[in-house]
Amino acid sequence: MTAVASKPVAARTALPDSVRVTLPRVLRAEWSKFWSLRSSYFALGGMVLAMIVFGGLFALVTANQYPTMPPARQAAIDPAQVSLRGYAIAQLVIGVLGVLVVTGEYATGMIRSSIAAAPRRWPVLVGKAVIFAGITLVVTEIASFAAFFVGQAFLASQHLDVGLGADGVLRGVVGTGLYLTVVGLVGTGIGFVLRSTAGAVATLFGLLLVLPVLGEALPSDWGDKINPYLPSNAGQQVLVVHPDAAATLGPWAGFAVFCGYALLALLVGGYLLRRRDA
Amino acid sequence: MIEVNGVTKRYGAKVAVDDLSFTVRPGAVTGFLGPNGAGKSTTMRMILGLDRPTSGDVLVNGRHYAEHAAPLREVGALLEAKAVHTGRSAYHHLLAMALTHGIPRRRVEEVIDLVGLREVARKRVGGFSLGMGQRLGVAAALLGDPATLILDEPVNGLDPEGVRWIRNLLRSLASEGRTVFVSSHLMSEMALTADHLIVVGRGKLIANASMAEFTAMMDASVRVRAREAEELRERLVGPGVTVELIAPDVLQVHGMDSSAIGLVACRHAIALDELTPVTASLEDAFMDMTKDAVEYREAS
Repeated sequence: MTAVASKPVAARTALPDSVRVTLPRVLRAEWSKFWSLRSSYFALGGMVLAMIVFGGLFALVTANQYPTMPPARQAAIDPAQVSLRGYAIAQLVIGVLGVLVVTGEYATGMIRSSIAAAPRRWPVLVGKAVIFAGITLVVTEIASFAAFFVGQAFLASQHLDVGLGADGVLRGVVGTGLYLTVVGLVGTGIGFVLRSTAGAVATLFGLLLVLPVLGEALPSDWGDKINPYLPSNAGQQVLVVHPDAAATLGPWAGFAVFCGYALLALLVGGYLLRRRDA
Repeated sequence: MIEVNGVTKRYGAKVAVDDLSFTVRPGAVTGFLGPNGAGKSTTMRMILGLDRPTSGDVLVNGRHYAEHAAPLREVGALLEAKAVHTGRSAYHHLLAMALTHGIPRRRVEEVIDLVGLREVARKRVGGFSLGMGQRLGVAAALLGDPATLILDEPVNGLDPEGVRWIRNLLRSLASEGRTVFVSSHLMSEMALTADHLIVVGRGKLIANASMAEFTAMMDASVRVRAREAEELRERLVGPGVTVELIAPDVLQVHGMDSSAIGLVACRHAIALDELTPVTASLEDAFMDMTKDAVEYREAS
């Protein structure tokens, strides 16, 4: 074999027989891919910052203005909710990250390498969705708890702060991370469907932000039936600390509906990924 | 071993590949030649299962690409456009591909050294030159130590040293018994590396022959200059031999080599002023073969 070994291209590292594609290996590859892009760090860092800074800011302003508020407004303050307000910005960042995990590969041509390495294709989608959701859930929960505690620290100056044990608080804090994660997953699914960053981002925010506004314009007998099921209306039920008892969908029912949208987007994306030319 | 069986690919109304069949055998460099838009890249994407044939079938090492348990072990591919995320480093690109198959990290380091990207391996691919991108593509293709290699226009963007490196690489891969399938739109490049040629134009097979057969097929003639050209012509013409009078004292002879012509001239005491074998270059042969199949051409 010396003749072969002297050739520059022969593998000096004999590859083990165990070399083949498995789903856990594709997951490891997607994990490595996620952490080897700067945009992942920027997006996650930006999201944590947005949650803490805006949560703290709203809490600080609320605490400062509290003494001069009319009693009715004082009574309406929901201290836990105030500290979680940053989610409105954080969802934009996580939504874009969820889209970019997929469309970043289409824009650069990387998707062809990904599919060549895992030609059955569905592991690529499963890998991306699972890794993105896992990482994002951990980081958004950290951000959500951090924002809560920072916010409560500011509110403590007026003795407005609440603990995690108060009614609905723990669910609201955990729910904020859950909602943000699923926003990202909807983005990932749409990314596989549309394959372009601009189109997928516009569609995602159209669904999340514009649809509820249009829903408001519906006649009330229609609106009451449709609006609770719109993606963000349903999904945000889980992060509301004190939900309306008369709401059509409770916190977890609403969240389940929102997860259904994410699953639908991923299934359509997966179907198209299998069918279309890469 | 790559088997393309009656493959057609349509994109809407446009037929990119039209009932194409050929086999690429191991142990040789097979050139895949055709003008731009001939369907070379489409065919290569279909071999890798990236594009689905409208009809027909493509097998690599006996199976569809996607049916292999370890596709990177079977086929290594360098695709025309950089199929790499520009924000990732060369090392992490290769590592991500290796991880999908459980290929050891040592092999990633090995292919990086092999293609000479050691110094820039940790830099983002977005800043790579075309040549560096091609080297990274070759590294990715070699990662799984595959039995079959598919390279789409590998010399594009390489400097002369890189071109020579690719040539030697392809030759030694083939000498190790691997199947090496390389596309190009340059006949001159293929003439130096390929053992076998598959020529396509407008998605159709134009020729499929070994380099030796190709050379033999080519038009060879002898130009003869003599004052008694008319008389010489009469002496030369015979079965399988055609002679053209292209100037009052110049003949173009097909079907007879120069020594035979010299002998005839000597026997009839005809003085020759010039006796020159004329061989059409492979480039000319290719141009001639594909002239009807070129998609875009300057108006003449």
